Amino acid sequence: MSTDKPVFKTRDLGVRYADNVAVAGITMDIAENQITALIGPSGCGKSTLIRCFNRMNDLIPSAKVMGEILYRDQNLYLPEVDPVEVRQRIGMVFQKPNPFPKSIYENVAFGLRANGMTDNMPTRVEEALKRAALWDEVKRDLKTNALSLSGGQQQRLCIARALAVEPDVILMDEPASALDPIATARIEDLARELKDQYTIIIVTHNMQQAARLSDFTAFLTVDVDETESRRTGVLVEYAETSQIFTRPKDPRTEAYITGRFG
Amino acid sequence: MRPALSAGSRKGRLSETLFVGALLLAVLIGVAALAALVISVLSQGIPRLSIEFLTSLPSRFAEKAGARPAIFGTLWIISVCTLFSVPVGIGAAIYLEEFAKKGRLSTLIDVNIANLAGVPSIIYGLLGLALFVRMFAMGRSVLAGGLTLGLLVLPVIVIVGREALRAVPSSIREGALALGATKWQTISRQVLPVALPSFMTGVILAISRAIGETAPLIAMGALTYVTFVPKALGDRFTALPIQIFNWTSRPQAEFLDTAAAGIVVLLVVLLTMNTAAVLLRHRFEKVPRS
Repeated sequence: MSTDKPVFKTRDLGVRYADNVAVAGITMDIAENQITALIGPSGCGKSTLIRCFNRMNDLIPSAKVMGEILYRDQNLYLPEVDPVEVRQRIGMVFQKPNPFPKSIYENVAFGLRANGMTDNMPTRVEEALKRAALWDEVKRDLKTNALSLSGGQQQRLCIARALAVEPDVILMDEPASALDPIATARIEDLARELKDQYTIIIVTHNMQQAARLSDFTAFLTVDVDETESRRTGVLVEYAETSQIFTRPKDPRTEAYITGRFG
Repeated sequence: MRPALSAGSRKGRLSETLFVGALLLAVLIGVAALAALVISVLSQGIPRLSIEFLTSLPSRFAEKAGARPAIFGTLWIISVCTLFSVPVGIGAAIYLEEFAKKGRLSTLIDVNIANLAGVPSIIYGLLGLALFVRMFAMGRSVLAGGLTLGLLVLPVIVIVGREALRAVPSSIREGALALGATKWQTISRQVLPVALPSFMTGVILAISRAIGETAPLIAMGALTYVTFVPKALGDRFTALPIQIFNWTSRPQAEFLDTAAAGIVVLLVVLLTMNTAAVLLRHRFEKVPRS
C-alpha cells in the first residue's frame, strides 16, 4: 500500500532483544496528517514497533533494530543521526500517564527549555495546553503539582508537553488504556483534532478505538515457532481502516476483528 | 449442632499473646539499653555542662576542662568530609547507575563498593595516614582528617545514591527523553530532584556516623590534648570522640563527669543533624506521589 506523501517508510523493519526476534519483516508507509493504528493481540510487538519510530528502543541495551526506517526519506538509524533530535520531531505519549512530579507549567516548560525554545515561554505553554484541550481546566492552577490532576487530565498534559516542542509526528502507545470511557473519548476527540497538523501513529488493543479513530490500520499478529518456541510479531495486513474492518483480505485479520481470537 | 465458637481458638490466642510478648521484650531490650545510657550520661554530664564547658580549653583540672577545641575540630573535619564525599559520591552514583554499561566490570565495581562499606574504620585511618598525611604531605591536619573520614563514608554515600536513583521510576526518564531532552538534561532536571530526598537522608545518616568515629582519627594521628582551636585546613586538631576518650582514660574520677558532658554535646550535635535530615526530607516530599 502506498500513499502520496509518506512520513515514514519502513523496509523489512525488525527488532531483536538479544537472541529473541520480537518483530520482523515490517514494511509499511505512514501517511502524513493521518491517524495510523497498530492493532493486534498481546505480545505481537506493537509497542516495540512504535518505539522504533522515535528511537526509544535505544534505551534498552539488548535491543537491536534491523532493516530500515526512513523518516521523510532520511534513515533514522544511521550513526550520524542524533536520537535527541529525532525525539524532538517525533513526540511520544505513553500507556500510563507519566507527568513529571512538578507543576503543570513546569511539565510543559521542561521540553521547551530542553530544546532551547525559551522565547515567549508562557505563551507557548498556554498554546500547548489549549491545543491539548486542557487549558480551561488548569489555567488557574498552573503552579499546582501535575500529580494532583486526574488520570485523563494527566494524559492530556503529557500530550500538551509533547505538542509544545512543535513535533511533526506524535506516537501514542495505548494512550487511553489506563483511562475511563469519558477520559478515553476526550483523548480520541483530541487525536482527531490534532491530525490536521500532525501525523499520528497509535497503538491500541481496543479494536473499536482503531475503527472509530484511525484512517489506516495495520494488523500484527504473533508467529509462533513451536520447534524453537519463539514468538515473533509480523505484519499481516495494512490498509485503510474501513477496508480492514469490512473487507479484510487475510483470514487471520478477519478472525481477529470478529473476535474469534486474540 | 454447630460447634461453639470459642472452641480451639483460645489456644491460638495464647500462643499469639506469647509471641507478641516476646516481640515486645525484644523492643524493650533495645529501648532499655538506650534509656540506661542516656539517663546515666545525662545525670552525670548535665551538672558539668555550662557555657564555660563549651568555650574553655582542656585543662589538667577536671572542673576547668572545656571542649571548645574538640567542638571546633569536629565541625572542621565534618565540613571537609561532607564537601569531599558528597560531590564525589553522587558523581560516582550517577555514573554507575545512569551511564556505565552493565557488564563484568560494573559488577566487579559493585561488589568492591559494597565490600568497602564494610571495611573496619581503623583501616581507613591507616589509609589516611599513608595517603594524606605522608604521601600528600598534608600532615596530621584538619584537611587530612576530613578526607580520611570522607573516604570512610564514600562507599555508603555511593550506595545510598544509587539506591535513590534506582527508585526513580523509569517512566520519568522515558517521558523526558521522549521530549527531545538530552540524557544530562533528563538526569539533572528530572531524575535528581526526585532522588534528592532519599539521597539526602542517606547522606546525613552517613555523615553523622562519621562524627562519632574515633578509631580512624587516632590511627592517622589526630591530637588528644589540644589547647588551641584550628583556624585553617592545615592546622592540627582533635575531635569530640577523641576528647571524650581522652577524658575517660584519665585516672581522676572527676574526669568521668567531664566525659559525660562531652558525650551530651556529641549527642546533641548528632540529634540536631538527624532532625535536620528528617525536616529536609519532609520539605522535599511535599510533592504528592501517585
